Amino acid sequence: MTSEVKSVVCPICGCLCDDLEVTVENNEIVKMKNGCSVCEAKMVHGYKSEERILKPMIRKDGELVPVSMDEAVKKAAKILTDAKYPLLFGWSSSTSEAQRIGVELAEELGSALDNCCSVCHGPSVMATQEIGIPASTLGQIRHRADLIVYWACNPWTSHPRHLERYTSFTDGRFEKSEWKSYMQKMKGDASMKKVQAASKRIIGSTIPAMRPDACALNAPPQTMQKEGRKLIVVDVRKTMTADAADYFIQVQPNKDYEIIEALRCLVGDQELDVDTVGGVKVEYLKDVADAMVNCEFGVIFFGLGLTQSAGRFRNIENAIALTRDLNRKTKFVISPMRGHFNVTGANVVFAWSTGYPYALDFSQGYPQYNPGEFTTIDLLRRGDNDATLVISADPGAHFPKAAVQNMMKHPLITINPDMNAISRLGDVVFPTQWCGIECEGTAYRMDHVPIMLRKVVEPPKGILNDEELLKRILAEVRVIKGKNPDTETKAEVKERNKLAPRIEIKQRKKAKKVEVA
Amino acid sequence: MTELLIKNGFVFDPINKINGEKMDIAIKDGKIVHKVSGKAQVVDASGLTVMPGGVDIHTHIAGGEVNTGRIIRPDDHVKDVERKTAMTRCGTGYSIPSTFTTGYRYSRMGYTTVMNPSMAPLEAKHTHEELNDIPLLDKATYPLIGDWWFVLENLAKGDIVECAKHVAWMLDITKGYAIKIVNPGGLESWGFGHNVHSIDDQVPNFCITPREIVTGLARVNALLNLPHSIHLHTNNLGLPGNYTTTLDTMKALESVPYNGKPVCHITHLQFASFAGDGWAHFQSASEEISSYINAHNHLTFDMGQVIFTDTTTMTADGPFEFSLYELGGHNKWVNSDVETETSGGIIPFHYKKNSPVNALQWSIGLELALLIKDPWKMFMTTDHPNGGPFFAYPRVLAWLYSKKAREATLKHCNKKAQKKSLLPTIDREMTLYEIAIMTRAGQAKALGLPNKGQLGVGADADVAIFNINPETMDIAQQFKAARKAFKHAAYTIKDGKVVVKDGEVVNNTTPGRTMWLDVQTKDPCVIDEEMRRKFKQYWTIEYDNYPVFDHYLRVPEKLTVKASV
Ligand code: SF4
Ligand SMILES: [Zn+2]
Repeated sequence: MTSEVKSVVCPICGCLCDDLEVTVENNEIVKMKNGCSVCEAKMVHGYKSEERILKPMIRKDGELVPVSMDEAVKKAAKILTDAKYPLLFGWSSSTSEAQRIGVELAEELGSALDNCCSVCHGPSVMATQEIGIPASTLGQIRHRADLIVYWACNPWTSHPRHLERYTSFTDGRFEKSEWKSYMQKMKGDASMKKVQAASKRIIGSTIPAMRPDACALNAPPQTMQKEGRKLIVVDVRKTMTADAADYFIQVQPNKDYEIIEALRCLVGDQELDVDTVGGVKVEYLKDVADAMVNCEFGVIFFGLGLTQSAGRFRNIENAIALTRDLNRKTKFVISPMRGHFNVTGANVVFAWSTGYPYALDFSQGYPQYNPGEFTTIDLLRRGDNDATLVISADPGAHFPKAAVQNMMKHPLITINPDMNAISRLGDVVFPTQWCGIECEGTAYRMDHVPIMLRKVVEPPKGILNDEELLKRILAEVRVIKGKNPDTETKAEVKERNKLAPRIEIKQRKKAKKVEVA
Repeated sequence: MTELLIKNGFVFDPINKINGEKMDIAIKDGKIVHKVSGKAQVVDASGLTVMPGGVDIHTHIAGGEVNTGRIIRPDDHVKDVERKTAMTRCGTGYSIPSTFTTGYRYSRMGYTTVMNPSMAPLEAKHTHEELNDIPLLDKATYPLIGDWWFVLENLAKGDIVECAKHVAWMLDITKGYAIKIVNPGGLESWGFGHNVHSIDDQVPNFCITPREIVTGLARVNALLNLPHSIHLHTNNLGLPGNYTTTLDTMKALESVPYNGKPVCHITHLQFASFAGDGWAHFQSASEEISSYINAHNHLTFDMGQVIFTDTTTMTADGPFEFSLYELGGHNKWVNSDVETETSGGIIPFHYKKNSPVNALQWSIGLELALLIKDPWKMFMTTDHPNGGPFFAYPRVLAWLYSKKAREATLKHCNKKAQKKSLLPTIDREMTLYEIAIMTRAGQAKALGLPNKGQLGVGADADVAIFNINPETMDIAQQFKAARKAFKHAAYTIKDGKVVVKDGEVVNNTTPGRTMWLDVQTKDPCVIDEEMRRKFKQYWTIEYDNYPVFDHYLRVPEKLTVKASV
């Protein structure tokens, strides 16, 4: 039996492309249209991997052995309630519906709660808390942006369809695609295959292979004068995105802050009495500053190269300040290139239920926030927690060794569809459905636009999705703690409320003061 | 079958013209009924004031904008926390409370219905996800469509009927309740960093003026028979001298046929009633505005009262927030434009008594409320959190019903502002009956919610009971005691269940419903190939993925409306 599903949403990167056309045969995805290569690799092949976990497992005598779902849920709940201070981490590839239950579980346990944001765009969030952020949805950029800056990120590889859907290579109401002029510029080199694939998606056909002499050769780019959208790339190395750019600025590693500062000076009409900043000639920076001031609508996209290099959140803060300064002269927005498809959602859901986007703690019975204290790596390095639940993430592959070691010292529960590095280390290992392939749910695009993921195939028998699984663990935790709000008597409630610590009263008084002020 | 009898309270139910009569209210299965059996649970309300549950016509409590406000303000949350109890979820305040906390705090003040006035259609799913997590309240939300390209294009063509069909489609697809318009034309202009400055300015690229947008959508509203009128945030909001724009807008709306039902609700009127030709010469225009309003009946309003506190301003009016930021003294600025639809901005803001402007703003809000004679026209809000957080409502009420309370605050205000304030010349002190109109009956009526804001037979059993004995307490004199009573309701009853007692949540099993309009046009807005093609051009998500699916409304309440097109 073959069926076609349209408008499928890609559950991989923060672009959250929602125009995939998927062919399903005998409950298997066999073909797809419109996705990038990363997407195709996962949606057509990756999700069926050999490494798929099909049964819950518990470690017994050092070995992971399959057990019933009931037994695994009970064991997990016992670990979490026995622990004095568990940590719940991950969430970036879960649906918002699951993230919601995650917050409730953390609250019930009085645990720490953190998402992958703390190891990627945490600094961006902190910068926003310092200075705000002028932003817009991606469509606004598609319609209006005549200047696009990618700073310390390489969307050609990390978000392959970003350019063709939202920026340089898309047609908007007021600005047109630069695809053709880009093709003129391309030399028929090794990257051609990728370009051909993109071409198929953008104009519906591949381009005839060009003879090398038909391409512009080493002519100096007239870029800053050209009509239409301009693309500037700032990075420490020449990436494929940089190849596509009209202007490429190569910075010395860890010198981004200086470059941003220099641009702020130039945009503010101040003279710089040096010749180079961060390895870049000031005259090039002047070109960039001119382009920024003279555009009608500009945008800066920044990536981990800016959040995780020297300066960290100060880099972002300064980049936002630059964007704000530019708004005094023209229209400018700035946006982080969020990686996993729903890491933004984790911030969104945590924030609406607690006020804070990540790095949370519930040990006092109310939400507390402190990056550096409740951020996962810091917490693990100090060895504060005594049990960990990891969901839809693979810190096993990405975390510093010391952090992973500390995680292994204590019981570890994992929820992932396949046997990734962290699941191999787990004491209770849950299987789960692939969000956006085997189950539906909400994800937030990098610009905070919510999109409903679709279910395209049936999950393997007996496997729950993140939301169902967490609900069961939560229910079991409540049973163990003897807390069932539905059956609790009034006297019990009163008793429990009595236990409310003094802290709360203090906090309330403080709040009162503010109100009266 | 659950029955409840509220015995012996002093009932204030303006829609049924009941003004403090001592009587019983009978409830069965979530509705007000004639009488109940002897087995009914009894709530002894003797010596207490009984009102319909509070209704808030305009409060920013959910959605993308609000949540971004939460994210950028850890400093706001840390000073105000809500602890988890066996029954309630934990959370934080202060000016932008987390969702659960929002529900509890409203309920503790006797509120049962709230309206989220600002939702970018593209982000509607987000708004609904948050509304689901706001317990104990019925709610609804207004999509922002004043600068939506389909509206601009159809109105520019003069095609009201086509525009109406698209609006009906949008209300359905976003599960919305009313047409929200913010700085008409200004938001589209802001896409390239510009703004409009009068109701007759041209909107760049669209051949249309704010006047045409507002009057056009008011006509659309009438064609669709929507229960509420259009809900308007006027041009030039928050700028000195803007009262002339407000008057122009009100006059322009006289051209829309009026059949006894208001054609427009102008929101947070305080922010639209500034005189003076600059911040240095900032003046109140409450006399000009209120005398116009007293002579006309085609509009309703809410206050947008300012509270002296640290709060967070947030509006779809992106250009306004930027100009506010440029005044200086603000540490954070958020802008959030949404393709094809709207914009937005956020700035934390501290209203200070010693600021000549802020103090006068405080005065203007109250002047307007007191000078507008008919309380059915003007409702109590703070435009939460723009003028101040909603849990400061009891303070606003005190200023309305007690001259003494006003004087107590005014004397601490900036001296210049004191001189400019009209408050010393106003003696009006609102009665409990008028308060009931401004906080529930009037709002429900303007919203077109027949089952809310009243306690007649058949109404929803949403009731607020306050510890005020009108026979023994002179609220104007004992304003503090009355204020306390409004802050901590003696009882809040939602759908016939006691959910709050003595200011604390005692039952958290009522999630509240989300009301939305199913507008039935004669022939529905067909999504033909043309529309699909435009859809692909206008937005970055597919048509199939745009709607708010049923999944997103935990407890939906569909209100069907028959349109005349
Ligand atoms: S760009 Fe990202 S979201 Fe789009 S198809 Fe590729 S991996 Fe999926
Ligand atoms: Zn508002």
